[in-house]
Amino acid sequence: MSAFAGHYAYWITIFLMVAGMYILIARGNLLKKLIGLALLQTSVYLLYIAPAKLIGGSAPIIAGGFSTYSNPLPHVLILTAIVVGVATLALGLALVVRIRETYGSIEEDEILALDSADDG
Amino acid sequence: MMAEHLPILQVVLPLAVAPLIVLARDRGFAWVATTVVSYGCLAIAIALAVQVAASGTISYAIGSWPAPWGIEYRVDALSVFVLVLVSLTASLVAPYAQRSIAAEVADDRAYLMYAMYCLCLAGLLGITITGDAFNLFVFLEISSLSTYVLIALGRNRKALVAAYQYMLMGTVGATFYVIGVGLLYLMTGTLNLADMAARLREVDELRPVLAALAFITVGIGLKLALFPLHQWLPNAYAYAPSMATAFIAATATKVSVYVVLRYYFMVFDPAQLFAHLPTREVFIALSVAGMLVASLVALFESDVKRLFAYSSVAQIGYITLGIGLDNQASLTGSITHLLNHGVTKGAIFVLLGGVALRYGTQSMSVANLAGLARRMPLTAFGLVIAGLSLIGIPGTAGFVSKWYLIMGALEQGLWWVVGVILAASLIAAAYVWRVVEVAYLCPARGEWRGGEAPIGMLTAALAMVILCVYFGFDTTFSVGGAREAADLLLRAQK
Amino acid sequence: MKDDIILRVIAKLVMPFMLLFALYVQFHGDLGPGGGFQAGVIAAAAIVFYAIIFGLPAGRKLAPEWLVEKILAVGVLLYAGVGIAGLFLGGTYLDYFVLDADPVHGQHRGIFWVEVGVALTVSGTMLKLFYMFAGRGRDGEEL
Repeated sequence: MSAFAGHYAYWITIFLMVAGMYILIARGNLLKKLIGLALLQTSVYLLYIAPAKLIGGSAPIIAGGFSTYSNPLPHVLILTAIVVGVATLALGLALVVRIRETYGSIEEDEILALDSADDG
Repeated sequence: MMAEHLPILQVVLPLAVAPLIVLARDRGFAWVATTVVSYGCLAIAIALAVQVAASGTISYAIGSWPAPWGIEYRVDALSVFVLVLVSLTASLVAPYAQRSIAAEVADDRAYLMYAMYCLCLAGLLGITITGDAFNLFVFLEISSLSTYVLIALGRNRKALVAAYQYMLMGTVGATFYVIGVGLLYLMTGTLNLADMAARLREVDELRPVLAALAFITVGIGLKLALFPLHQWLPNAYAYAPSMATAFIAATATKVSVYVVLRYYFMVFDPAQLFAHLPTREVFIALSVAGMLVASLVALFESDVKRLFAYSSVAQIGYITLGIGLDNQASLTGSITHLLNHGVTKGAIFVLLGGVALRYGTQSMSVANLAGLARRMPLTAFGLVIAGLSLIGIPGTAGFVSKWYLIMGALEQGLWWVVGVILAASLIAAAYVWRVVEVAYLCPARGEWRGGEAPIGMLTAALAMVILCVYFGFDTTFSVGGAREAADLLLRAQK
Repeated sequence: MKDDIILRVIAKLVMPFMLLFALYVQFHGDLGPGGGFQAGVIAAAAIVFYAIIFGLPAGRKLAPEWLVEKILAVGVLLYAGVGIAGLFLGGTYLDYFVLDADPVHGQHRGIFWVEVGVALTVSGTMLKLFYMFAGRGRDGEEL
């Protein structure tokens, strides 16, 4: 029981990671794939931040009376990773908009059919 | 005064010029700025190479925070080799891109493509020069995102789908890399690569470290186009604008190989880790599969850019084979092949860009190249020489790296690997012969706008072709630099 | 939506507070959650809110596209400039210790200007993205 309750943050991380990857692979709609990608990236944020909070740790600003401070470095890393995720999502959405304009559809199988009709 | 700040100027130069290009909005200024930046980066890379050869590893602490606490830029023999490769490719491609970009990108958006080019260059140089694991991820994503944009600007609408697929796979790769770094940070408490190496030797719980090794390998393998993670590469190279393909084909995957080399030899503890997981065997198996399968697909491919893209996957198989074999000769061969393949493929894609410009189409089939030798003789000749280097004929650069790989395989006693290398080279000969035969022996047909490739693109391509032959004879820089880097890696392994 | 009187009045009341909150988050990044990225996003959200209620042309008049693009680039140059100032004043790149006679005050100064650069770039980027996406019709025409 303690293996689950003590590490619930990591179980949620694993669930989000696998759910994100499943959506990425299994869904043919381009927008849904992007949502899966965003879920995958979110699970990584949780992976970094969950261990940053030390038991009994306070906010990482030096003040009298506190001896244990939470680790601020993973928070900084994840801010950077969130910005990268936002940029990736924006680029992905821009590509989906353009694909919709040129192909008329955002379903992967329809796009592949149009492409092979082009070639053949 | 500037000499001691060279490591950071290597990255700051393209990174600061990109917003200047966005501010100025002018196409001509954008081209001049990109050219100046490319030559500047090449000058800085050569200066760093001279410094490292004279005095060993350079370490630069950003923000004056000393090494394990601050972000450190480390320049050693391996990083300097890749820095020169990337900036050399940028200097050869960027100044001559003007005609090609004018034909493929709308005039009022051209400055954005140049800005993306500068950011891509900054990202690639940053990956090579940084000594911090998370800083590497930041630069990895900077270069990747700008690469996706460069690919999406192709004229064919399939470029959009290719860029989207590359974006999905590339971001999953980067996310896996971050997961691996997170696990390593949890086990060692540091992000500085040199410090991480020291602390990893003292870790007693091995399972998270092995998981981190797996995540980092798969993540960077996606960026590297390691077989079977190469699915994004053929479409991305085929439908991107030709100058973008020439730049990316010569640099993006090579820098990912650098990351693998850095982690495998200078961060992870080889004695413990490679004994627990069959990493070497997996690398050799995947490389062999990649070399054979990709070469065979290239043989039957009808679109000429996709043909050479699959050829790239096979050549990357050669490079990772050298990593799997893991001795001095094979590592020297691998690292030399980074440079040799970079110039060879760069030359081929710039020449194909010239052909695309004059033929007026973006996707060309091999049949369309009929009679190329009569219409564009210099281009066809360049393709022949670069093709010979791809096969590995003695006297060209490709032969040198394959020679060292074969030596490395023989040292390990793996005769079947030598057989595979020779078989893949024979298949390469077959598909290069397909192109050469159509160009020289078939009567010309199809529409043609007249004239050779534009003088700018021709100069760039012929410069790279000359380098293909030069590195086949004078190997002081290519093999010498590669051997220094291989020695550095093997020494760190002890 | 600008014909709906409740939305119009509430938007005009709330927007200044949103911008003020963005500035608060910007300057309190040292002491609590906050900093350049969050502040930039909140500031951009305020202008996006205005554009949603009063229409895209009104939003474009408030924050013209060429201005947004220039602010984007200026933010990055400001950040790089702080780093290069560290180079010229004798330290390494992004060295905050040398930016003032007292090293601790130098840290304050460096982080302040760097965060301003980040906020400018992030708000510029978010607004530019909004204009790009909202400004396209169903079939790709520019609205």
